[in-house]
Amino acid sequence: MLKDITIGQYFPGDTIIHKLDPRIKIIIIMMFIVSLFFITSFSPYLLILAFILFTIKLSGVPFKYILKGIKPLILIITITFVINIFMTKGEVLFPLGPLNITKEGLYRATFMALRLIFLITGTSLLTLTTSPISLTDGIEKLLSPLKKVGIPAHELAMMMTIALRFIPTLLEETDKIMKAQMARGADFESGNIIRRAKNLVPLLVPLFINAFRRADELAIAMEARCYRGGENRTRLNELTLNKQDVLAVSLMTVFFGFIISTRYI
Amino acid sequence: MLEEMIRVENTTYEYGIRGEENHLIAVDNVNISVKKGEHLVILGHNGSGKSTLARLMNGLLTPTKGNVFVNGMNTKDEDNIWNIRETAGIVFQNPDNQIVATIVEEDVAFGPENLGIPPVDIRKRVDEALRIVEMTEYKNHAPHLLSGGQKQRVAIAGILAMNPECIILDEPTAMLDPIGRTEIMNTLKKLNKEEKKTIIHITHYMDEAVAADRILVMEKGKIMMEGTPKQVFCQVDRIKGLGLDVPQVTELAYELKKEGFNVPCDVLTVDELVNAL
Repeated sequence: MLKDITIGQYFPGDTIIHKLDPRIKIIIIMMFIVSLFFITSFSPYLLILAFILFTIKLSGVPFKYILKGIKPLILIITITFVINIFMTKGEVLFPLGPLNITKEGLYRATFMALRLIFLITGTSLLTLTTSPISLTDGIEKLLSPLKKVGIPAHELAMMMTIALRFIPTLLEETDKIMKAQMARGADFESGNIIRRAKNLVPLLVPLFINAFRRADELAIAMEARCYRGGENRTRLNELTLNKQDVLAVSLMTVFFGFIISTRYI
Repeated sequence: MLEEMIRVENTTYEYGIRGEENHLIAVDNVNISVKKGEHLVILGHNGSGKSTLARLMNGLLTPTKGNVFVNGMNTKDEDNIWNIRETAGIVFQNPDNQIVATIVEEDVAFGPENLGIPPVDIRKRVDEALRIVEMTEYKNHAPHLLSGGQKQRVAIAGILAMNPECIILDEPTAMLDPIGRTEIMNTLKKLNKEEKKTIIHITHYMDEAVAADRILVMEKGKIMMEGTPKQVFCQVDRIKGLGLDVPQVTELAYELKKEGFNVPCDVLTVDELVNAL
């Protein structure tokens, strides 16, 4: 049950998209997100759709994988859609008692739902084609100029790496504790919400205590391996930009620049 | 061979404050000298102070009284602390809690990365370390998918990649199954014999102590017995008095001798016993 969570799932591959420098990919996604919020009409969406489909094709990620990423968020998309339909004032199409479906509402709702779907697919393409390690490396490198203003880039990246490392370990442990408590008669599956929440206490307490113990041991082990922060640290795989990366980022700047400019044309 | 790797000099380590409830003398006026290239096993049951001793030996703890020298460097000297930890690496009991990265080779690279070694050399060290512990084929695996013994070998590789002269292992097999234990014991023998590393192996499994050059037995923070495996395990009554066991074969020989058979007391392996009989 717990193993179905697919946050930041990576789809291994050896395509152009996979080989792009993570920094470049993060920058492109940032441009993608910003330009999405600049779009005010439907026609630029066609360009965005073309971009997404093209990237999916290049990355070799099966389409159903992408759809799987949207699935858990369908509820949020539906809620946004419904709220937008009913809350926008304008020309009434179908009067429904105190609530009216308006033409503008329908337009806006579709627009917002599409924006959300594009946002999700775009960002999940990033995590699907970039391994967690190169992703954190990329974030660390991109944030490192901000070290001067006190943003702890290395520490943030290290925290992300350790979190990613311990997610499966803690899930496994949760499973184990759950079984142990169930063997002693704990009930995690029946009763109303409040009762169930209460029943989680015997699961959460040992889990938290163990997590702190692990943190303590890991800190000692890291210290024993000469860890002393990001200063003077080298990396096994240094990030290097090549021609493809430069080409990709320039093309994409022009592309998203154009999309943003459609707002003002 | 005869040069000194680690010297523990009149060392005492206390937890808590004297006179308070949680005060505990974990290591009590201990003197140890570990030679370069030696395979030393420290035995003792839980709470005998052996883990504290391990942490004293690479500067994770500094003694309350006395001094600890690693390759001539005093662990109290803050300037040398990273050199000391580079010289004497430590492997802990729980393999899960000492692996930092999400991919095996990235984790092995963690130590050398901290030392600021150029990427090309890190690559060489990582490949070499993984070769020694025979984990090369798993270098791109995620650590949580490995078995306990494999994880612990990755942890050993992580220390090896820092190129230490001495490796301290604090109950490395306590959380492993018998297969994992055999894997680790073979790795340790290889490290000592082929790579000429000084090994300080802390354990409470008697069978693992048989391969050592020298054994120290600890109890309540003090060293109670010292000698080669044969010398130590010969004193079956004394070991039992300390709440420890001797290897099964030695115990059998001891019982046979009590029944009047002419068996030497210092048999440690099945082969030796067969020959003696």
